[in-house]
Amino acid sequence: MIRRLSKTLVGLCVAASLTSPLFAQDKTADELAKYREALADGNPADLFEIKGEELWATKRGPKNVSLEQCDFGLGPGVLEGAYAQLPRYFKDTNKVMDVESRLVHCMVTLQGFKQEDVTKQWFSKPGKDSDIEALVTFIGAKSNGKPINTPAAHPAEKKMYQVGEYIFYRRSGPQDFSCAICHGQEGKRIRLQDLGNLTTKEGAGTAMKNWPSYRVSQGTVWTMERRLIDCMRQARFPEPKYLSDSIIALQVYLQKNATGTVMETPGIKR
Amino acid sequence: MKKIATLVLLAALTQGAFAEEKAIANKPVTKNPAAVEAEKVFRDSFRTDNPKYWMQRIEQDEGMKLCSQYKDNPPATVRQKIELAQKATIRYPVDGKLIGDWKEGEKIAAHGRGGHIGFIQADKPMTPRGGNCYACHQLAKKEVAYGTIGPSLQKYGEIRGYSEDFVKYTYDKIYNSNAFTACTNMPRFGLHHWLTPEEITHIVAFLMDPESPVNKD
Repeated sequence: MIRRLSKTLVGLCVAASLTSPLFAQDKTADELAKYREALADGNPADLFEIKGEELWATKRGPKNVSLEQCDFGLGPGVLEGAYAQLPRYFKDTNKVMDVESRLVHCMVTLQGFKQEDVTKQWFSKPGKDSDIEALVTFIGAKSNGKPINTPAAHPAEKKMYQVGEYIFYRRSGPQDFSCAICHGQEGKRIRLQDLGNLTTKEGAGTAMKNWPSYRVSQGTVWTMERRLIDCMRQARFPEPKYLSDSIIALQVYLQKNATGTVMETPGIKR
Repeated sequence: MKKIATLVLLAALTQGAFAEEKAIANKPVTKNPAAVEAEKVFRDSFRTDNPKYWMQRIEQDEGMKLCSQYKDNPPATVRQKIELAQKATIRYPVDGKLIGDWKEGEKIAAHGRGGHIGFIQADKPMTPRGGNCYACHQLAKKEVAYGTIGPSLQKYGEIRGYSEDFVKYTYDKIYNSNAFTACTNMPRFGLHHWLTPEEITHIVAFLMDPESPVNKD
């Protein structure tokens, strides 16, 4: 662990030196790959993972219990491979839930937190790290090496897949954007950034296998909800609410398309 | 008669020049069975305290609805319907001049910020909006950080000729791309007032002025 941490610290320094705005435009994809390689054993996300592990086991909230009985679909407390099979339908809530909505559900039902309190800091801000990001990084890492497995076979999941697909192709806004504009074709790039075709297994797999991911340009870990909500911002749409069904539906669409791809998480991205 | 011949030739040329990169599937797109419910899910996912003008951005005009429904690959009749309707929207600068200043156009083409809304990372109000042409197109040779979602426009005027008709086509295409190719990836910059007619003439100049680095370098 000490060795891993020291590498992480080196990684953080490298990361800091590369966050200048010029980085995105002036460096090539090759250099980003080299950089990823240099950080392979020392992803700054490791710090989030360690914090998440601690938060997971700590008795917290009004009920003073840990999250260790939280059920992500494979049984209470079973985390191995749990992230890779989400989102999925949960009988107890009669809803299709992603890792974040399920985690928040557990924080509310098991620990007694109020949802609005516990989601106030759903993403990190400068100087204010998010517990949710840390927990999701820890939970995600428990699926490292496991294939994504979201077949969307349950009728409720199938419906959410269709909803996700609808939103993926839905065009609006002052730039006529939809997700498909940038992510519906093979071998394209925006400026120098490669774009995956998220309608295929390969493209969706490449996009989905690395989340949660440390984002160099942001200096923090992003969860999938954070990623997708920011896509909407970039499309010049208003932001969907955290944990809203449209964001969960998009994840069902993407995870089903990516099904079979082996997870490599936490990741590191531009 | 000569005019018609020119138009036909122009149409043929532009078809080639702007052949859509998007793979056109042969099988017709079936309507999403969850469309009605999905639209509701999408609309319900926004905060109720969003300003009205933000929420306007999720409204769809007829063209957007059709493009979404057909996954940007509408059948020929729908395609024609969209293109005709979009053609009628094009407006021109008051002085009628379609070629502006290529130096201004170069700036607008490189500028990609502006227009972001929301509670997390909105642009400051009055941030100028750019055309962000380089996000998708290769233009001047010196700029290597260009995207490939759209075709390369390097030597745009040099290759296609500096004709008046082509100047007008270029203006029209930027103003409303869907007038020529229904459901293209390219935004309708003029229709949405994302760029003013004057700004569009500057981009036209960047593409069509022989002195512009797009053509000269």
